[in-house]
Amino acid sequence: MNGNTLSGEIIQENDIKETEMKPKKDRKKITASDIYEIIAKIIFMMCASVAVLGVVVITVYIFAMGFPAILEIGIVDFVAGQKWLPSANIFGILPMIIGSVYVTIGAVIIGVPVGILTSVYMSEYAHKTVLKILNPAVELLAGIPSVVYGFFGLVVIVPIINDTLGGKGAGSSLLAAAIILGIMILPTIITTTKTALAAVPKKYKEGAYALGATKVHTIFTVIIPAAKSGVFSGIVLGIGRAIGETMAVILVAGNSVIIPEAITDPVRTMTANIAIEMGYSMGLHQEALFGTGVILFIFIMCLNVVLHFIQKREG
Amino acid sequence: MLKWLVIILVCIGLLKPITSVLNNSLSVETLNKISKYKDMLLKVLIGISAIFTCGILIWIIGYIIINGIGLVNIEFLTTAPFKDEGGVLPMIVSTLWIVLLALIISTPIGIGAAIYLNEYAKPGKIVNVIRFAIESLAGIPSIIYGLFGLIFFVTILKLSYSILAGAITVSIMVLPVIIRTTEESLKTVPKSYREGSLALGASKIRTVVKIVLPSAIPGILSGVILSIGRIVGETAAIYMTAGMVPNMPQTIMNSGRTLSVHLYLLAKEGISFEKAYATATVLIVIVAFINFCANKTAKFLNRNTVVK
Repeated sequence: MNGNTLSGEIIQENDIKETEMKPKKDRKKITASDIYEIIAKIIFMMCASVAVLGVVVITVYIFAMGFPAILEIGIVDFVAGQKWLPSANIFGILPMIIGSVYVTIGAVIIGVPVGILTSVYMSEYAHKTVLKILNPAVELLAGIPSVVYGFFGLVVIVPIINDTLGGKGAGSSLLAAAIILGIMILPTIITTTKTALAAVPKKYKEGAYALGATKVHTIFTVIIPAAKSGVFSGIVLGIGRAIGETMAVILVAGNSVIIPEAITDPVRTMTANIAIEMGYSMGLHQEALFGTGVILFIFIMCLNVVLHFIQKREG
Repeated sequence: MLKWLVIILVCIGLLKPITSVLNNSLSVETLNKISKYKDMLLKVLIGISAIFTCGILIWIIGYIIINGIGLVNIEFLTTAPFKDEGGVLPMIVSTLWIVLLALIISTPIGIGAAIYLNEYAKPGKIVNVIRFAIESLAGIPSIIYGLFGLIFFVTILKLSYSILAGAITVSIMVLPVIIRTTEESLKTVPKSYREGSLALGASKIRTVVKIVLPSAIPGILSGVILSIGRIVGETAAIYMTAGMVPNMPQTIMNSGRTLSVHLYLLAKEGISFEKAYATATVLIVIVAFINFCANKTAKFLNRNTVVK
């Protein structure tokens, strides 16, 4: 009995305390600082959702503008059509798709080996003082505007190709675009590969050395395979940059709507098609350009998804 | 064209079986010799690649600056263009306007988003979606931004070809850069700072604004500087939204031509290669200066974190 009354009293005391506490807490909730807290959180969240909103709105508008035109022209006629004659209402972008793909493949063939080997040099061989020059050099390479690359290609690379290989476009060619894009994707590939190589545990290297492997052997059979996913994501980022590049390509590629048969043939990419004709296009022609944007967008989205999965597997 | 591609791919495919057959059939000594030569060859290739990367940078910058520096003078920087004569003053002003407006829009949003991701959000679906969106934004090519800006800001919102439309378009474009760099620098702020502030009774928002953000400022700044570089170098998106009127913009509703768009038009239309060299030189000098500044602020950040 005694115990019960005692505990009852304690419970009562607790109740009183709680009832005393509650109004205080409630009053505290109304204080300015709590409201600020909530408002701040909402504002920050809205900021973050701007990115999501941006992607959604961009996707919706590009598709809304381009897709009706693709349906009107016919998906097969649009994607597989070999003739692009806006004046005759014939819109086939196969030459542009092939142009974009070829140019990108060329850029990868030139840029990827050089980029990976350079990052190997920077992370495994280079002395600290050399790195002090190389690191800013790569950053500067990344910072140079694409139109400056294009201009350089126009005044240097194009004449060289014209003098040595000739070709239908007087130097403005698939090769020139591939070279310029190959240079442009170098910094992307170098920085991502370098980060990936630096993340490989030192143990791997030491283990390989302990087994008697030479430095070069260690790099190519142990370190690079261990950094595989980073290297791949660098390559995918590079591909994305190459396929989406516009101004540099316009300046050096010649922009004829033909399916290229040689590397010295002029070529028009999807991006170039949009930028060149958007200024004076009307009606279905303009919508067809948006349709070109849709196809380009699908390419980029596929790359993004691939990249997402590579990075997911990595971490 | 296709034929050659197939041949190259087949050659690459055959490389492995051939080497494995060789490995099995040759004696150890010859194999050792071969691997020695292979080592040498790869080493040389690594060296050549590094030299190539540096060389190409020096070639591009050297070629353009040597051809252009003689043409850049006070007159070039302070007069308006007239056909193939004159300078680039209106372009510099337009570029400055677009950079300024875009930063005013994207810096607060970018910093806010980074704070949300790093300080408030708990890992989960929402954060994954936001991160995927940021990745996607970074991957969308500038011409798509241009198309979107053209249809949304220029046409639907009736901003017409204007500096404002261009600035809003590029502000979305640089958002991922600012979010990423801000987040990186927020991550380098030690946890003990936040705990100390909270233990002293500061609210969360106060901790973020008074303690975390000030410690992360150098990183945020280097992100902002990088975005300036990207906006200055951007052509496709601005060309399609801000237009290319080569006049001094009176208000932000006027069309304006930025330096890179100017260079593109000079080169594409073949108006004047001399002026193009000079414009390219100005662009390269600006970008080099911006990179230098970004490096300095990043170094400042590193020094701070090392001391802590």
